[in-house]
Amino acid sequence: MALPAYASTAQRVWHYSYRTICGLIFFFLIAPILVIIPLSFNAQDFFTFTPEMLRLDPAGYSLKHYNDFFSNSDWQLALKNSLQIAPIATLVSVSLGTLAAIGLSQSHVPGRRAIMAVMISPMIVPLIISATGMYFFYSNPYIPVPFYGKVYLPFTLTGTRAGVILAHAALGIPFVIITVTATLVGFDRSLTRASAMMGANPVTTFFRVQMPLILPGVISGALFAFITSFDEVVVVLFVGSAQQKTLPWQMFIGLREQISPTILAVATILVVLSIMLLTTLELLRRRSERLRGMSPG
Amino acid sequence: MTDATTDAGKLTTADGQSLKKSLHRALRRQKVRALMLIAPLLLFILLSFIAPIFDMLLRSVENDIVPDTIPRTIVALDDWDATSGETPGEEVFAAFYTDFAIAEEYKSHTRLGSRLNYELTGISSLFRSTGRKVGKFETESYTEQFTAADAAFADPAQWAAWMADDAVRAALPQTADAYDAWSKIVVDLNNDVPSEEDPADFVYTGLYNDLMAGASVASIPSVDVSGWEPVSLREQFIDANDGWADPAVWATIKTYGGDYTSGYFLNSVDMQLSGEGVTQRPEDERIYITLFVRTIILSIVITGSCILLGYPIAFLLANLPLRSANVLMILVLLPFWTSLLVRTSAWKVLLQNQGVINDILVWLHVIADDNRLELINNATGTIIAMTHILLPFMILPLYSVMKTISPSYVRAAKSMGANDWTAFWRVYFPNSVPGIGAGSILVFILSIGYYITPELVGGTKGVFISNRIAYHISSSLNWGLAAALGSILLILVLALYWLYDRIVGIDNVKLGG
Amino acid sequence: MKLTKTLLATSALTLAAGAAFADAHMASDMTLVSWGGAYQASQTKAYSEPYMAANAGVNIVWDESSAEAVAKLRAMNESGNITWDLVDVEAADAIRLCDEGLAMEIDHDAMLAAGNDGSTASDDFGDSIISDCFIPQIVFSTTVGYRADMVGDNAPDSICAIFDTETYPGKRALNKRPLANMEWALLCDGVAKDDIYDVLATPEGQDQAFAKLDTIKNDVIWWSAAAETPQLLADGEIVMGSTYNGRLFSAIAEQGQPIGMLWDAQMLDFDGWVIPAGLPEDRLARVLDFVSYATDTQRLADQAAYISYGPARASSAPLVGNHAELGIPMAPHMPTDPNNSKNVFVTQYDFWADYRDDLDAKFQAWLAQ
Repeated sequence: MALPAYASTAQRVWHYSYRTICGLIFFFLIAPILVIIPLSFNAQDFFTFTPEMLRLDPAGYSLKHYNDFFSNSDWQLALKNSLQIAPIATLVSVSLGTLAAIGLSQSHVPGRRAIMAVMISPMIVPLIISATGMYFFYSNPYIPVPFYGKVYLPFTLTGTRAGVILAHAALGIPFVIITVTATLVGFDRSLTRASAMMGANPVTTFFRVQMPLILPGVISGALFAFITSFDEVVVVLFVGSAQQKTLPWQMFIGLREQISPTILAVATILVVLSIMLLTTLELLRRRSERLRGMSPG
Repeated sequence: MTDATTDAGKLTTADGQSLKKSLHRALRRQKVRALMLIAPLLLFILLSFIAPIFDMLLRSVENDIVPDTIPRTIVALDDWDATSGETPGEEVFAAFYTDFAIAEEYKSHTRLGSRLNYELTGISSLFRSTGRKVGKFETESYTEQFTAADAAFADPAQWAAWMADDAVRAALPQTADAYDAWSKIVVDLNNDVPSEEDPADFVYTGLYNDLMAGASVASIPSVDVSGWEPVSLREQFIDANDGWADPAVWATIKTYGGDYTSGYFLNSVDMQLSGEGVTQRPEDERIYITLFVRTIILSIVITGSCILLGYPIAFLLANLPLRSANVLMILVLLPFWTSLLVRTSAWKVLLQNQGVINDILVWLHVIADDNRLELINNATGTIIAMTHILLPFMILPLYSVMKTISPSYVRAAKSMGANDWTAFWRVYFPNSVPGIGAGSILVFILSIGYYITPELVGGTKGVFISNRIAYHISSSLNWGLAAALGSILLILVLALYWLYDRIVGIDNVKLGG
Repeated sequence: MKLTKTLLATSALTLAAGAAFADAHMASDMTLVSWGGAYQASQTKAYSEPYMAANAGVNIVWDESSAEAVAKLRAMNESGNITWDLVDVEAADAIRLCDEGLAMEIDHDAMLAAGNDGSTASDDFGDSIISDCFIPQIVFSTTVGYRADMVGDNAPDSICAIFDTETYPGKRALNKRPLANMEWALLCDGVAKDDIYDVLATPEGQDQAFAKLDTIKNDVIWWSAAAETPQLLADGEIVMGSTYNGRLFSAIAEQGQPIGMLWDAQMLDFDGWVIPAGLPEDRLARVLDFVSYATDTQRLADQAAYISYGPARASSAPLVGNHAELGIPMAPHMPTDPNNSKNVFVTQYDFWADYRDDLDAKFQAWLAQ
């Protein structure tokens, strides 16, 4: 997109104004984050830029909200829960979702559209409806048997970790399905056939041939599923109980009962972590490109 | 082709089977294998998600609470004409007295009052205030007169013996019915034994009514009740609260007496079912149509602004070298990884009257200090914050579509004499339309169901239908209406989804990758 | 002397045996539900920590779900799976839960500790027992805070300042529900204080209240979480706003914000515990043991050291001391302090229990118009 040497004045003007517009939009995208970071060092318990902060007076800044996050057992419990629930939920949605996406990509699947619709539904049903529905159903789960009625299961899922994981796994599945089917569209079927011809069984074929090729889709689906669980508050408020409270739950309480900048400190930490994660991924990608001898694009 | 094989009939595979059959089998095996791969997830989704949603939506038509709480009244009301403009007769009030006295013990009359209040405001307070008085009705005089007439009537064990006798039960249907309900209360609520407790007033009232109707049983002491001064239950109720004299109350009870109701759905579209059929609600209660329309309009505006802001970014990303594009992509993804709650709070800090944006504008002398922009607690706030939150959902599909548009198309157009704009508008843009379609529907569907962000920044004019659903679920406890509103929203979203599938194909949604 | 000793020893033995007997029948885990924030912190410090110290092996978990208590208790009741043991709710919610049979009825004298002055529990709690299911804890009030630097020398002294947009231009924050707002509207529309609930019971009176609220509808930011008003005041976003007095105390005394407090026509309200109906016996035994401890005279007075809400027992009032961190006396910051309670508005719970559904529906529709 570099400007060629022979560009006309109009093209130059357009080029630079276009860049400016894009810059402004990027600014719009990260503006909230730019606000969060300084506010998390606020010496007061409000989401306000105090006069001291604007004067850059050190007295206006403090690390007390970070201190609160690391010393408060509620926040630590929430962090621990989030770090336990999100990966397991992601694992469930990714493993089931990838298998199903592969199944769906076969050429002859009866009722493909309907199945797809069912699988995408957790993304399109308004969350508040899913949350209440799950609350009631998970309290007394049953298996609907046609022409017989409901066979009640002898346990309850509401207020249990399994319930929250189940709910979050369901919410993450559409993202896995969408990203993995998208990568499978471009997948060359002759590769699996070649592998089969050379004597590999389906399992070997899957792990040695198919999986490496669709891995980018699986990873990006997994990231979406992870973030869905990691940032989900409506369902966990209904299905979970205090022992399963996750970071968003704790943030929600923090916003509602006592507006505490600790949630900004948590957000800042998470932003820094995700910048590091995304940068590492990008560096790894460049490295692997270099190793594979591809010229960086 | 098919004919050819049939005609040839002799095409066989190596092991001697008909090729057609063999291919068929292979195809079937393939189908089965595909389904086997899909089955675990399908089962998982059906059980963990579809069943709960279905269960929830059923509540929009369920109405058991009315017939379960006041069954006798519903039967008695069968003969009453709701359009007569008169309150029902004594027999309805008598049945209602029994129902109400029982419901009061279980405290279910308050829930029934809340339920009926959705249809006619004022019924809730009517039920609650009457509930406090129903135990003190003058029917007590029947009890006193019976026990005075014969000591056997005061003996709980004797009552239990009578009520175990089928002949007595057949002769005194109302008494038996009331006694059964009463003994259930004694056992369920107090863990006591009915044969040791004094029956409640409404049991004696039942006996009085039976005897007045001419029943006579040899095994119980004969009492001449015809001379007693009758207690008009109609007057008792109206004394307790004159709301019971309003035929509209009874019309509402009769109208909503069934096991299923269309009431919640009618309510969702600002209608109501009254004695005179389906009518519009009073003007000051009509809010749902407005909210649905507002939800749709705001979602369209949000989708539009996402296209406006997302397109240039996606275009830039798709045309930059991969290295720089990936770095900029981090900026797109970063907000995506930041908690929704935090981002929304940050928007509050930015948008409010004394907030960062207004402060900067005042400092730049763009606006006067006393004329700050109203950017929050209204629809503007919702639009800005939601556009920000949903923008990545527009950029990612757009980007993945734009990546597939070969730059040689534009070059070809230019070499044929098109200027930059024409080349873009006539060649590049049409190729990127599927991306716009995918992003738009995704953003629209997601925005239509949002509720936390509008709740925090939308004030009263920027909230969506989902906020009402949440309100009915957690505050007003009108779960039936919440389910009905949710069903309508869901149907709307499913219709869009279907449209989307038709136009773009669900396989073509891409999120980055 | 000897006799006394023997008697003491015997009674100690009996007590110990009683305790051991009780322990065998008491669950060791308990889930308490409260509001989170500073309020829940005060409960943890004053009630649950000392209780756990005195009863080894008891594990108390807090759940910050009081705001959804009614909805969740109803859902639990419907599904027959009650996971909460003790729930902190506002008086109005307690009445509603009791009315619907979702909360257990309490025999206050039998189940709660007597006052340290010898009064029975029901006498000691007095009027704060607003429902048979309600175990009172604190008296709080919904009152108004204003930005001292934005009103100049003209600090408001009447609740009607809310409706006076000429003298006090700017936004005001009000609760997104009818309680308090309707009463204040009528009061400032000239209805005598004693007649307010009679007027509010009639459709005309309700229309009158809405008409008064209409005059400031465009100047109001509606809050649903009590923490919003202090935040808005700190931002200078509003000139005044209603919230709970403890929130204002914390913003003024602990955070040093330029906020003034208007005690005029403060709406006195109660907050307390309810026990969900249908608890199994062992859990119920544990809850009763805890609640009797946590609502005794000393514990209620202890709580006031952390937050400026008045203890619901009369006998606790003399024991109220200083703020745990700031060391300032807490009594002058209590809503019941004579200086603050010159003009108090006592919420009529019977009225709100009966009319809540009606008025909520009307209020929400009015907001959406």
